[in-house]
Amino acid sequence: MITGTPKPIDEVLEMLEPYDNIILAGCHGCVTVCRVGGEKEVQVLASTLRLAREASGKKIEIREVSLERQCDPEYVEQMRPYVEDYQAVLSIACGAGIQFLAEKITTTPLLPGINTGFLGVTERQGEWTERCQGCGDCVLHLTGGICPVTRCAKSLFHGPCGGSVRGICEVDKEIKCGWQLIIDRLVALDQMENYGKLKPYKGWNSARDGGPRRIIREDMI
Amino acid sequence: MKSGSNLEKVLAAGHLSVTAECGPPRGANPDIVRKKAAFVKGHVDACNVTDNQTAVVRMSSLAGCMLIKEEGIEPLIQMVVRDRNRIALQSDLLGAAAMGVRNLLCLSGDHQKFGDDPQAKNVFDIDSMQLIHMTKMMRDEGVFPSGDKLDGAPKFFIGCAVNPFADPFEIRVPRLKLKMEAGADFVQTQCIYNMTKFKEYMELALKEGLPEKIKILAGVTPLKSAGMAKFMRRMVAGMDIPDEVVKRIADEPKEKQAAKGIEMAIEQIQELKEIEGVSGIHVMAIEWEEKLEEIIGGAGLLPRPVVE
Repeated sequence: MITGTPKPIDEVLEMLEPYDNIILAGCHGCVTVCRVGGEKEVQVLASTLRLAREASGKKIEIREVSLERQCDPEYVEQMRPYVEDYQAVLSIACGAGIQFLAEKITTTPLLPGINTGFLGVTERQGEWTERCQGCGDCVLHLTGGICPVTRCAKSLFHGPCGGSVRGICEVDKEIKCGWQLIIDRLVALDQMENYGKLKPYKGWNSARDGGPRRIIREDMI
Repeated sequence: MKSGSNLEKVLAAGHLSVTAECGPPRGANPDIVRKKAAFVKGHVDACNVTDNQTAVVRMSSLAGCMLIKEEGIEPLIQMVVRDRNRIALQSDLLGAAAMGVRNLLCLSGDHQKFGDDPQAKNVFDIDSMQLIHMTKMMRDEGVFPSGDKLDGAPKFFIGCAVNPFADPFEIRVPRLKLKMEAGADFVQTQCIYNMTKFKEYMELALKEGLPEKIKILAGVTPLKSAGMAKFMRRMVAGMDIPDEVVKRIADEPKEKQAAKGIEMAIEQIQELKEIEGVSGIHVMAIEWEEKLEEIIGGAGLLPRPVVE
């Protein structure tokens, strides 16, 4: 899923400074799963903002909304009938959702309420870690199902580097060395022959480096 | 000859090679490099010039190479893939070759987290293994990775680095083999303190027949003090300094620790010389270049051979 973290409340309050009435828009997609932008978070953030603004003597009206997905036109359109009644929309969807709202609702300023993180997984309640950078050319079949682009701090295709100590990456003692994980898995799968091969230079043009990407599925159009 | 570099010739003639390294300064003052060069000159077959080591910004490696070359030392350019994509790497390879640099060391580069600019974007477009491969292709086939023909191939003696002590140990020799197959002509090792483990590494390398195909230059860094030993052990990832090594220098009074460190480095070189498959010694006297003559001479490796 796409993960995120709430922006510091002071930063949000600063963004809201010019406005007296806004929509606070959550999303039932990924950010609900990682507990940063769903219905419950909309309620909590709205209450916090109202209280803070009341305390500062400048009340704010907040309409609480939770769309099924902010990255899908059919759900974004649900806001259209009333969006003009508000001065701004504070969205706590991921960066894609916020931008999609901004594209579709052109007359109202869109404000980001969260910082979008990464494509990751839930390790346990309250902990998410990165797994995928969406580089557009998957090699997981060669690397024991562990991604060198994402899990190695240097995205090496022939790791590990000298900074791997007892399975830990030198960059952070909380980060496991991706290449130690790959090698352990290749050994367990009896696929070490994959390690001993020189891999072709990665084509980063399938990643973001090729410019903003799009997917066309002719069979679906 | 692949490159015709002095280092390549010395090794090809069967001599034990000696290399050292110069870290360029944290500023634009060329005299610092010239001063270091004066300590190196005549004592080595080639001298590495580091490339923003530990991600701390310094004068560029190529500029450092030119400065020591002017002083009559054969340069060995270090090139990391942390800061440059394949376009910049190819361009710098051509530039260095055009300026007469004939030795190259291909490295990943320390992560930017450890340097001046932890917020910098890292590149890692290709990795060090692929840089070796790319250079070999440019040198031997005379083509860019794109397939276009080069107008003048860069003639490098291609090197790589290995840390025989990093984890996981079982892939350290396969990784060296992979670097050799990618095109490395020589390898400089991380500083060795754990001789038992290094000998074990060399036995495995010999079993694979690697020393016949890639020149192994063993890394030595003299310890200035017990404090330095403890600091390196604690702070440098993959640095294996056994307790007895630390104890030996720590047992000396403070003012005699530096001399002890040099004595230990000399002894270590003597021991490394005897290990089958070791083709050279790489002395990394970090900010201690003035001791190179004493160390290299003390180990009986002076004067350096002249090979035509």
